[in-house]
Amino acid sequence: MIKTKDMICIVCPTGCRMKVQYDDKNISVEGNTCKRGEQFAKNEITDPMRSLTTTVRTVFKGFPVLPVRTDKDIPKPLVLSAMKEISKITVSKKVVMGEYIIENILNTGANIIASCDIPCEERE
Amino acid sequence: MSDAAERFDVVVVGAGPAGLAAAIGAINKGAKTLLIEREARLGGILKQCIHDGFGLIRFNKKMTGPEYAQHYIEQLKKTDVECALLTFVTSLKKAGDVFHLTLVSEDGLRYIEAKSIVLATGCRERTAKQISVHGTRPAGVFTAGSAQYYTNILGQMPTKRCVILGSGDIGLIMARRLTLEGAKVIGVYEAKPTPGGLMRNVAQCLNDFDIPLYTSKTVTRVYGDQRLTAVMTASVDENMIPISGTEEKIECDALILSVGLIPENELSDEIGIEIDKKTKGPVADQNYMTMTEGVYTCGNAYHVNDMVDYVSESGASAGANAADHAIGERCLVPVEAACDFLYCVPQKLDIMHMRGKTVLFFRSRDDRKKVTVSVKVNGDVIFSKKYVSLRPPEMERMEVDFSDICNDSKIELVMEGKHD
Repeated sequence: MIKTKDMICIVCPTGCRMKVQYDDKNISVEGNTCKRGEQFAKNEITDPMRSLTTTVRTVFKGFPVLPVRTDKDIPKPLVLSAMKEISKITVSKKVVMGEYIIENILNTGANIIASCDIPCEERE
Repeated sequence: MSDAAERFDVVVVGAGPAGLAAAIGAINKGAKTLLIEREARLGGILKQCIHDGFGLIRFNKKMTGPEYAQHYIEQLKKTDVECALLTFVTSLKKAGDVFHLTLVSEDGLRYIEAKSIVLATGCRERTAKQISVHGTRPAGVFTAGSAQYYTNILGQMPTKRCVILGSGDIGLIMARRLTLEGAKVIGVYEAKPTPGGLMRNVAQCLNDFDIPLYTSKTVTRVYGDQRLTAVMTASVDENMIPISGTEEKIECDALILSVGLIPENELSDEIGIEIDKKTKGPVADQNYMTMTEGVYTCGNAYHVNDMVDYVSESGASAGANAADHAIGERCLVPVEAACDFLYCVPQKLDIMHMRGKTVLFFRSRDDRKKVTVSVKVNGDVIFSKKYVSLRPPEMERMEVDFSDICNDSKIELVMEGKHD
């Protein structure tokens, strides 16, 4: 049986409205204006992935939370579990942008990395 | 007083994405440059925009706000731009061709003279007062930006259970952010029939988390004594007037407002910069010079941009042009945008100082599909572009060659095609 799903592409700000038709074997995409949109739509059906951006607690005065992100997309159903893991962490050493905060989170192969340098030294 | 003044070629006010790019643009042209920032850290609003999607156009990758800011801060640190942090401009005056600024910081007063000024002061959020929500004034009414500051900078949750009014991008992004941090977002209410933010944000911030979006609905009243306890919502008619009988009281501890941004130009009051009623920012020419000679505008202080990449682009140009600033007569020709457009910038072209192609930005007044936007000079089309769809929240950019125009040219931006 062929199913239909309307979706909005989140790859770029254009936000193409796409119509995806799929069954067990085939997926066809309409409304996309680039190849990345087609790939996104196919992934949304088979294995939706998302980037995650959030913050992690730190011990530093005047800089209570450090912005972090996944260095590659993780499966969408794991987003809230990843938040739980991240909430267990407190960063207690000065880190720079790109440094690993959590390696291989939930065995996804993705790392949680710092989004910027910690600018101060003084601890709370 | 002028004996004690320090002299700079270019003074940039504001160290967000526009100001950082402007300062780098100016110093790369050899100008002695001062960058003034009221906060303790460079980066402006990007510091709290921890989500990704920045830099897609300029760097072809998905960066977070802090990453995008740090990229520019690292570039800036390699230059001789002087940064004055935790510093306010309390006075900006012009005497002849020289600008006089008074700065205040912990160290006291400082007097500056400058040949040109770049105003990169960003924008402000509309508040509850500006959208006339009735009721008491309890704690718990936040703009989306201040809720974002509490959450992402202070690490404090501003709410456990909230209603978001307005579907601007920051509101959508905060709906997701607060949900990820464990708050319940009951819904996003939008008085207009269509969402105010980008469709991709409706998809990835609301739909992904099953947060409802209620269009043609608004918040009419807040309840609560010390802290907000509930809001009243209602459907609105096509004139945005609440329809009686549709009211619904919703218990919550916060109302978060994402009801639009306005360019911030309070500082320019003293030097009398002409403001465009449509953009609510300064009128400027293609070189980003305002109608006050020597004062340049860029980023969200000029007009509210939807992409930081464009903010940086305008900052870099404004900074470079401010460094090159030569006092000389301008010859300004207006660019007239038809009523199909919310606005178009630049509002004027200075034909005496054409430097290559002109970057034009516009927003459509309504949702439109399959239209052609053309630039006409004396009725002849010199540039046109087809669009599959146009939406007011989405800014469109085009580069047009105006090198052949003269002082009596009539320049128009027109839109042809059917209404949605």
